[in-house]
Amino acid sequence: MSLNSAADWWAANERLVYLLIDALGQTLAMVFSSGFIGFALGIPLGVLLHLSKKGGLLENHVLNRSLGIIVNIGRSIPFIILLVAIIPFTRFVVGTSIGTAAAVVPLTIGAIPFIARLVEGALLEVPSGLVEAAQAMGAKPQQIITKVLLPEALPGIINAVTITLVTLVGYSAMAGTVGGGGLGDVGIRYGYQRFDGTVMFITVVILVVLVQIIQSLGDHLVKRVDHR
Amino acid sequence: MIEIKEVNKVFYQGDRVINALSDINLTIAQGTIFGVIGSSGAGKSTLIRCVNLLERPSSGSIIVDGVDLTGLSSQELTLNRRKIGMIFQHFNLLSSRTVFNNVALPLELAGMAKSEIKTKVDGLLELVGLSEKSDTYPANLSGGQKQRVAIARALASDPKVLLCDEATSALDPATTQSILELLRKINQELNLTILLITHEMAVVKGICTEVAIIGAGKLVEQGQVGDIFAHPKTELARQFIRSTLDLSIPEDYRSRMQAQRSSGSYPLVRLEFTGASVDAPLISQVARQFNIDISILSSNMDYVGGVKFGLMLAEFFGTEQAAEQALAFLHEHKVEIEVLGYVA
Repeated sequence: MSLNSAADWWAANERLVYLLIDALGQTLAMVFSSGFIGFALGIPLGVLLHLSKKGGLLENHVLNRSLGIIVNIGRSIPFIILLVAIIPFTRFVVGTSIGTAAAVVPLTIGAIPFIARLVEGALLEVPSGLVEAAQAMGAKPQQIITKVLLPEALPGIINAVTITLVTLVGYSAMAGTVGGGGLGDVGIRYGYQRFDGTVMFITVVILVVLVQIIQSLGDHLVKRVDHR
Repeated sequence: MIEIKEVNKVFYQGDRVINALSDINLTIAQGTIFGVIGSSGAGKSTLIRCVNLLERPSSGSIIVDGVDLTGLSSQELTLNRRKIGMIFQHFNLLSSRTVFNNVALPLELAGMAKSEIKTKVDGLLELVGLSEKSDTYPANLSGGQKQRVAIARALASDPKVLLCDEATSALDPATTQSILELLRKINQELNLTILLITHEMAVVKGICTEVAIIGAGKLVEQGQVGDIFAHPKTELARQFIRSTLDLSIPEDYRSRMQAQRSSGSYPLVRLEFTGASVDAPLISQVARQFNIDISILSSNMDYVGGVKFGLMLAEFFGTEQAAEQALAFLHEHKVEIEVLGYVA
């Protein structure tokens, strides 16, 4: 497609272009708001999972098992089912079960256990000797978390953030089911149901570029904070 | 400064009960460098970790600077640990912090003001000779430099005691010496009590004033380093002393060695000189008196705490009778003798 014909296409399909721009905005809104709330809740949950483990700083078998089971349940429910299953909860939180804001609720609920497990894994990579050294120098448990565990696990946590955001981009495509909009929704309705191959192609390209940008930013950040 | 009283530590591994430490009693005076030596699995690591309660003893008490640590609440213990520095075999530096910030960590934990931290850390880096590495990350340091940073960090909260958990075991011999020198320097300059555990007798010989030998969770011997080297009472102590000397039979000798004497073969003898051996030029006396020639294969003699001791591998050339008389003479003069075989 030459530059000219692209410009022609643009002029002929102005409505579609604005539709795509809107859809991109909705996707970004869903991914980043659910990602943000997901991290705010998922990171502490991951930390708690790690600390309550056997031999952990705040060893607590009952707490660890209960959290583990809840997280596993969250992780095993297919997202498309979660989306409709928690509609009453969604309505309770945002007042409606339709629209972008409504899609953020199940996306967040789906992201929390995912993030928790990834963060738990990142914390596991911190050598136990470091925690021991901190204990030996008289660090309180809370200081060990904020000054040793989290900073040392930061590269792993940023990696977890990247993986989660990319996964959320994928999940957000299903949000069309509840009228959440977004690129996936446009792809399905215009591309698949109206047999418009061009629209399908454009949405996929935008999603690919979006994922590439998120991944590259994540990798770049990991490189900057990783001094291991 | 450190009192370890009737400390026992029991680990449970399924149904198995492991007595890692049994009835340990140790008193370490202010300002001494005290070494605990033992082979791996002897319980020495458990012992040093009991001193700051990283490992809680099953029974007994640990008194550091007059405070019984075993009786403290966890908050009080945290505060008391700031008076006990510790360094580790694998350094345990935070990879996310620069050298400066690693040393600053204990001060941050104690809530010291930023400007004070700067002065303090700069002084400590000066002390360990790493001032120009202040902004470097640990990943870019050598093992010896990492241990220096760890020492600076351990000293940051002005501890009265420094615990060294196999601090030189991951370092090469030259670096080990420089770290030991640094430890000796801070012991003298800051009058710091140092408890170190190691499996290397060379470390004990290098800097300790007193030593205890631990085997299978029990302290088998303890005393001044010179005394232990001169008059080891237990087999374990002798093994460690021998390990610093380490004389092995060269391979080509081993292949020519026979168990029985035949014509044209001569005994290969290992002589062990201890503090009990008569202090006289025994080798040349023997040669003259019994008319035999002594060819020294290898020898490792040392002088610690006013006593000569060491091992020697030597061939005794001469008639069978002369060689036997010579060995009997040496035996009388308290040289431990072992005929390893006869070399043709």
